[in-house]
Amino acid sequence: MKISRLLKTIFMIDFVTGLLIAIKETFKAKKTINYPFEKGSLGTRSRGEHALRRYPNGEERCIACKLCEAVCPAQAITIESKERDDGSRKTVRYDIDMLKCIYCGLCEESCPVDAIVQGPNFEFATESREELYYTKEKLLENGDRWENILAANIKADSSHR
Amino acid sequence: MDSYFSILLTEVYKILFLLVPVLVSVAMIVWLDRRVWAFVQKRRGPNVVGPFGLFQSLADALKYIFKEIIIPASSNKLVFVLAPIVTMTLALISWAVIPFGEDFVLADINVGILYLFAVSSLGVYGIIMGGWASNSKYPFLGAIRSAAQMVSYEVSIGVIIINVLLCVGSLNLSDIVMAQQNLWFVIPLFPMFVIFFISALAETNRPPFDLPEAEAELVAGYQTEYSGMMYAMFWLGEYANILLMCAMGSILFLGGWFSPIDIFPFNAVPGPFWLMFKILFLFILFALVKATVPRYRYDQLMKLGWKIFLPFSLFYVVLTSSFLIYFDLLPGK
Repeated sequence: MKISRLLKTIFMIDFVTGLLIAIKETFKAKKTINYPFEKGSLGTRSRGEHALRRYPNGEERCIACKLCEAVCPAQAITIESKERDDGSRKTVRYDIDMLKCIYCGLCEESCPVDAIVQGPNFEFATESREELYYTKEKLLENGDRWENILAANIKADSSHR
Repeated sequence: MDSYFSILLTEVYKILFLLVPVLVSVAMIVWLDRRVWAFVQKRRGPNVVGPFGLFQSLADALKYIFKEIIIPASSNKLVFVLAPIVTMTLALISWAVIPFGEDFVLADINVGILYLFAVSSLGVYGIIMGGWASNSKYPFLGAIRSAAQMVSYEVSIGVIIINVLLCVGSLNLSDIVMAQQNLWFVIPLFPMFVIFFISALAETNRPPFDLPEAEAELVAGYQTEYSGMMYAMFWLGEYANILLMCAMGSILFLGGWFSPIDIFPFNAVPGPFWLMFKILFLFILFALVKATVPRYRYDQLMKLGWKIFLPFSLFYVVLTSSFLIYFDLLPGK
């Protein structure tokens, strides 16, 4: 036993075996995806970039209840509201500081009308901090852009709500 | 005056002709290292910048150039700035004596191997200076470790080189390669080659002997306080050193620029390419070892160097010289 161990050490059997295994693994299929060209799948509850949704007739969903502003643990949301001519309460300002945001999803959870949601987009890196200070226009634009996926995600998740 | 300038210009031209390929191959080798490492772990590695990600290192270098160099307020500024320069310079000047082919060497000096050995020993200074001048605990600990480690393994490398020199009878690197025309030294001196390889790993602070920069305990060792281009110079110097060790291994044991067998398709390939292939082979081995073997503990490292490698290589010196004398094979008689 002792001698076999000694021989093993001298001839570095374990090392060579490990090296051979490493070489063998080199030629096997990769376990990772080729990321920027090939995306992984996302769950329906993935919390990415925010979006403000509209009703199918083009009306903003947001009723300026400010629940999201209140619940936001990072205090990243700023809302100002005003009564519109038709008597409905709407936001005049809806800002999210994406640098403060911790992507916890509480705003989405607190929203009674499914207006503010977090979409599947997580690739919104910018070259300056200013660009990450999202305004209402930007958020609505996001909503228009991602509406199909957002609606599908909400529908798929509805039985768990 | 005119002749003086022409000599200067030819020398500068020669040096550039040597250094530019070396620096480019250092950049490529960093890419190769990351790529091999990733492949062993079934990842893809850098594959976006350029074809197969070949320009990744150039992109990294560009990034380093534009980054801010931060010099700690409490550091010894002169030494702090000098350290990466020393590391880089020492890693590059040793390439002067590496023969890439017959009569294809920048400085064909008689004591080439001693020069190489002296310069690689001086390499410790860059690391010690960097660690000490940072005036911070992790770099200091890393530098101390690195100094002890490099000095220990240099001893066994020295003894290994004696083995080769006994078989050659010359300190000139071209002569060492010429002596291997018929038989590469890796065959008679195989145990020495293995020990040389392991010592080279320790000498260049490569895993599994990367204790000076063991990130789990020392952040990044002597490089901790460095940033921007100064960090990049340490990084270039380190990889140039690794490449140099690979070149040294191929010259001492793998027959330098000679092809493995002297028959047609092989001996038609020019010598420098063979040397490149051999360096590449050794480097891929370096990278595979990095990907495979866990890090040594410090006492194990010291034990391996002083209690196993040194006595064994000394014993092998006795063995080699007795063999050469007994069979009357001593060179230069």
